[in-house]
Amino acid sequence: MAFDDAYGALTDHDDDARWAYGTGFTDPLAGVPSGLPDGVDRADLTAYCLMLGDDALVMSHRLQQWVTRAPELEDELALANIGLDLLGQARLLLTRAGEAEGAGRDEDALAYGRDPGEFRNVRLAERADADFAHLMARLLVFATWRLALFDRLAGSSDQMLAAIAAKGVKELTYHRDYAAQWVVRLGDGTALSHERMAAAVTAVLPLVEELFQPHEVELRLTAAGVAVDPAALRPEFDAVLTQVLAAATIEAGPVRAVAAGTGRGGEHTEALTEILAELQQLARAVPGGSW
Amino acid sequence: MTGEEIFADTIARDQRVEPRDWMPDGYRQTLIRQIAQHAHSEIIGMQPEGEWITRAPSLRRKAILLAKVQDEAGHGLYLYSAAETLGADRGDLTQRLIEGRQKYSSIFNYPTLSFADVGVIGWLVDGAAICNQVPLCRSSFGPYARAMIRICKEESFHQRQGYELLMTMMGGTPEQRDMVQDAVDRWWWPSLMMFGPPDADSPNSARSMAWKIKRHSNDELRQRFVDMSVPQAEALGVTLPDPELRWNAEREHYDFGTPDWSELQRVITGDGPLNRQRIARRRQADSDGAWVREAAAAYAEKQRSAGNGSGR
Repeated sequence: MAFDDAYGALTDHDDDARWAYGTGFTDPLAGVPSGLPDGVDRADLTAYCLMLGDDALVMSHRLQQWVTRAPELEDELALANIGLDLLGQARLLLTRAGEAEGAGRDEDALAYGRDPGEFRNVRLAERADADFAHLMARLLVFATWRLALFDRLAGSSDQMLAAIAAKGVKELTYHRDYAAQWVVRLGDGTALSHERMAAAVTAVLPLVEELFQPHEVELRLTAAGVAVDPAALRPEFDAVLTQVLAAATIEAGPVRAVAAGTGRGGEHTEALTEILAELQQLARAVPGGSW
Repeated sequence: MTGEEIFADTIARDQRVEPRDWMPDGYRQTLIRQIAQHAHSEIIGMQPEGEWITRAPSLRRKAILLAKVQDEAGHGLYLYSAAETLGADRGDLTQRLIEGRQKYSSIFNYPTLSFADVGVIGWLVDGAAICNQVPLCRSSFGPYARAMIRICKEESFHQRQGYELLMTMMGGTPEQRDMVQDAVDRWWWPSLMMFGPPDADSPNSARSMAWKIKRHSNDELRQRFVDMSVPQAEALGVTLPDPELRWNAEREHYDFGTPDWSELQRVITGDGPLNRQRIARRRQADSDGAWVREAAAAYAEKQRSAGNGSGR
């Protein structure tokens, strides 16, 4: 049988479709116009794509840290899957940021070449997870917020952003559903899991306020029809969270938002410094390397 | 015909034995042991490469590696399912793994010291696994054979990805080429050991061959692997660390040196470089996740009782 020549596949280069990612980077957005919409400031569009791209890159990194540590094999698969989806979103958004910037930086230059203060992700994305309940609480909040955002961003006047968002909606719907199911199971499972899930929700909620504080770039680009005003996402987010927490029998106590700046403005916790030290270590150690 | 006669006839005619068919107890136990060890190998095998996901030096390589490690979890899942068709239980098999009562491939007890190791694992370790596993696609037990067909397809993509990474690195800086050669030096002999001890010292082989669970001897498969790898190494521009390696025109095979079988023995019996760490990580994940699994079971039970109340 054909399989008996195990190395035959090495010289057979016509079945790229059967690879998870192919041997090269095949552009899932091939054919989408990449020109900038009229009247949009390049620096603003670059910053906006970095905000959304960094959210995904940093959240994906936290999911990657869970590989081989999931409570069950099915969750091992699911967490890797979600991490891959977000990594894919990050790659498209960073690539778009590089195009908008026009300075020749690609996805890798942006992911590996910037220092913590240049990252624009919300602080929710960088938070380390004390246990599986914390991860699920954070993922529920992240996916619910981002899904509401991408739903609207699919109508962006930047056709590239619109296409990236439309592709992401399907993925984020699954992420939200996966996290919601676990929040409910843990909240309404055993006494111990209820206690841990409630503690996780309490820990994550102070990071929620920041998600809905508009940055000036977001406001300018919303006026230009490119971006979404995050404040507009709040009612949908609250409705979903209320429903899931009720099903999980968890009562959210009074919430006090974390103070001191926003990730959108480049202000982060030391968690991001740790993430970037790991993410960038090898790429920076071999300057000019080809991978 | 009796069940025993039907079984013998099925094997003789090269047909597949299915889970509900009668089978000798030894056949069932041998298969459970082999499939479980294979599943454990996939799960433990996530660790050496998994170490590099967060540090992968480009986003494309990160995506490829994450997808590969995810595939390994998937392979573990369908192999455990194949073992369950024989009456085994996944939770019980996991306990056997973390208590050291069942083994996994000893290759995963070696460390991954550089990113080139990710490429070499794809090229040599997955390559050796493919040589071992391709014949299992014709194994006499149906669920195992079918799982192996899918696994072999995915493994061959992984192997190609690994080789392509090495090709790219060999085209990079001198430091990168040194990383590749160093990784090849460290992984070549352990890869040869993946085929198991020499045939003369392989106690279970003969019976497995008679039952057509296994199709080729360890030494046959090892020779096939060497013959395939040498031209690949030349194309890559690396040296395989074996001074005795040379083409034998008479045999039409490569001659090669003898692996250090005492090292294999030490690694198998638990004294490889990372045996304890690999098992400790798996045990930690299992115990850290216990409260989550208990919660899921409790929740499912509540739903079931509620469902019964409404007439389900």
